[in-house]
Amino acid sequence: MFAAENGLKGDPRLEAISAAIRVVPNFPKKGIMFQDITTLLLDHKAFKHTIDIFVDRYKDMQISVVADDMQMIVGVEARGFMFGPPIALAIGAKFVPLRKPGKLPGKVISESYELEYGHDRLEMHVDAVEPLERVIIIDDLVATGGTLSAAISLMESQGAEVVECACVIGLPEVKGQHKLKGKPLYVLVEPSGLDEFC
Amino acid sequence: MSGNKQEEDPRINGIKTKIRVVPDFPKKGIMFQDITTVLLDPKAFKDTIDLFVERYRDKNISVVAGIEARGFLFGPPIALAIGAKFVPLRKPKKLPGETIFEEYELEYGNDRLEMHVGAVEAGDRALVVDDLIATGGTLCAAINLLERVGAEVVECACVIELPELKGRQRLKGKPLCMLVEYR
Repeated sequence: MFAAENGLKGDPRLEAISAAIRVVPNFPKKGIMFQDITTLLLDHKAFKHTIDIFVDRYKDMQISVVADDMQMIVGVEARGFMFGPPIALAIGAKFVPLRKPGKLPGKVISESYELEYGHDRLEMHVDAVEPLERVIIIDDLVATGGTLSAAISLMESQGAEVVECACVIGLPEVKGQHKLKGKPLYVLVEPSGLDEFC
Repeated sequence: MSGNKQEEDPRINGIKTKIRVVPDFPKKGIMFQDITTVLLDPKAFKDTIDLFVERYRDKNISVVAGIEARGFLFGPPIALAIGAKFVPLRKPKKLPGETIFEEYELEYGNDRLEMHVGAVEAGDRALVVDDLIATGGTLCAAINLLERVGAEVVECACVIELPELKGRQRLKGKPLCMLVEYR
């Protein structure tokens, strides 16, 4: 679900965030309108708004849910690393990086996911997550949901509970979808730019 | 904290004990400094960021440059806290816009660090952040990129230093701030 439909309608911060995202046509290949969040990171105010919106939401979830605190933020390499840690720090949660194969030094579990051509794998340290831990998964953008689905599988394989997936940008494929693999999906903005999307 | 071991802030030992050393990764003989275990401890992670923020908040830093990928874990929280831009320095072909690059040496061969054109401007005061300094090759490449566009590199900040590799001497005279040494 988009933030504007879920309590933040008309919030000027969303417009500032959207305006700060740059569209780069034909990257990584022709026809793709790449949503570049590096310009958001250059805009301190807009970057802070992004983090604040997620922090407000997940801090509140601790209160509204009778069960334990939100214990863990999981971020997908590499752009999820730029949003996940600030959120984790602000709400006092652990941060767990999900990485491309071969990067994590300890014992890992992995999950493969489909790319347009071929597959890739996502890895996580086995001892990072414990059963029943409550988790938010963060990435900069959700398109098909393949990466997030793989991340959800990794969490569930360790008995953790994925409370929600959160992304700054959600492509049109996800509009109207409130859930990803049965998990709620929370997105701040739609893509900036034109007709064709990644 | 910082270049010389002066009076150590009490938070530093807490951080040090959270770093996990993994032998023989990525290859035999290397004692890999794993900071993911610091990220699993909210207090240790917060202390790490706070120590850097306290040092830099009054230094008029306008940009924090973080080196892919572990520099992305520490750089943005520091940037947010001190009111600076965050700029990711990335491996080739990841950044979508127009980039400049700097080559640096690996044990076998070279690699490149890229930065978006226009992200950093002449006159920007920059902090370079990575999780660890070893030989200093990557940090040196980062300093070069920033200086080429006219920024002033104020300092390099790393959680961990491997002093025996003498990376500190490859920073073009720029100071290094580190929290934990591993010998």
